[in-house]
Amino acid sequence: MSKSQKIRKVSFEVLRYDPDQDSEPYFQTYEVPCQDEWVILDAINYIKDELDRSLSYRWSCHMAVCGSCGLMINGEPKLSCHAFIRDMPDHIRVEPMDNFPIIRDLVVEMDGFVEKLADVKPYIHPKEERSIDDGCHTQSPEQLLDFQSLTQCINCMLCYSACPQVALNKDFIGPAAMALAHRYNLDSRDQGREVRKDVIASNKAIWECTFVGACSEVCPKHVDPAAAIQQAKIAATGDYFKSFLMPWTKKNKGNSEGEKS
Amino acid sequence: MDKKEQGQFGRRKVMKQSNGNYIRSTAKFSWYLKKPKYIPYMLRELSSLFVGVFCCFLVWGLYQLSQGEVVFNQWLNVLWNKLFWLNIVIFLFVFYHSYSWFMVTPKAMPIKFKGKRIPGWVIIAAHMIMWIVCSIVIFALFIYGA
Repeated sequence: MSKSQKIRKVSFEVLRYDPDQDSEPYFQTYEVPCQDEWVILDAINYIKDELDRSLSYRWSCHMAVCGSCGLMINGEPKLSCHAFIRDMPDHIRVEPMDNFPIIRDLVVEMDGFVEKLADVKPYIHPKEERSIDDGCHTQSPEQLLDFQSLTQCINCMLCYSACPQVALNKDFIGPAAMALAHRYNLDSRDQGREVRKDVIASNKAIWECTFVGACSEVCPKHVDPAAAIQQAKIAATGDYFKSFLMPWTKKNKGNSEGEKS
Repeated sequence: MDKKEQGQFGRRKVMKQSNGNYIRSTAKFSWYLKKPKYIPYMLRELSSLFVGVFCCFLVWGLYQLSQGEVVFNQWLNVLWNKLFWLNIVIFLFVFYHSYSWFMVTPKAMPIKFKGKRIPGWVIIAAHMIMWIVCSIVIFALFIYGA
């Protein structure tokens, strides 16, 4: 560390909780000499390395790709590797993500999220099985444009922390899972819309969303789940009326051009 | 260096779940007061109530119209005199309702033209222009019709 580097003392108020020792979560304060280019994760790593080895937290890539270092930073859900300390005050509160059970310190339980994600079957359902000899599925740049932004999701779960509906309704499928379901519904190679419909159009999915828009605001990859959910609502409404007006199309319905939002 | 603050949990409340894990509890009826950015959203939701009241007024007016000119004019008098301020409040909320929903239209309807996405501001502008034109036409009909 050269002397020319700008160092600022920042006080970090970190939530601590060890279920084996603590009766309830509490805050612990650490004074950290932060460099100008540091992000929150650097400061937490400093605490772990230099001040308190018992601190538990998740991280991996340090470049907003793995999506594992999401935290509440001064009350806002953010990736700790994507939040510069120089843009923050001298006192920073670091907590585990809202709306998830706390396992230990800054580590949260994500099983519920993974189950919700699996519920929407977020993978390509081909119309018919293809062998390797049949070659790959082709897709034009224009077809890719329909859903490309939705593919950027890194499952960081920040949108679940930000969403008031997730907080109020534990069964709510949530923003990322619905955005991912919509991503596959829009994919020209996919035919699984009918398979996902039972979950997506149920009363624990798109219709629970009241379009607060907090999910899209906190998304570090600009996925815009709020937009995806509103488009899914329009598509589901169309499906509902279509099933009345044209009941013969109900079976063998795929992801035709007309169904794209 | 470090200072332990046992028992202090600031403003944020935690709730113990049946499996022993802690999770933050959310105020069921006041969560939207937590952050200023929720206020425009809540106003948009609240405006729906006023749109509903306006629709009731319209149905009430249609019924009065079917009862003849005298009854209809009495109803208009009630609106102008007794319910004037309520109508002003309803107008402001209905205005905000339309404005706020037109502002989010690009999210709900991403439109493509010649293989490219139309920018969001174009979709908003198209809705706003349609809204203004329709309002002018209705206002003109009202003025010249009278």
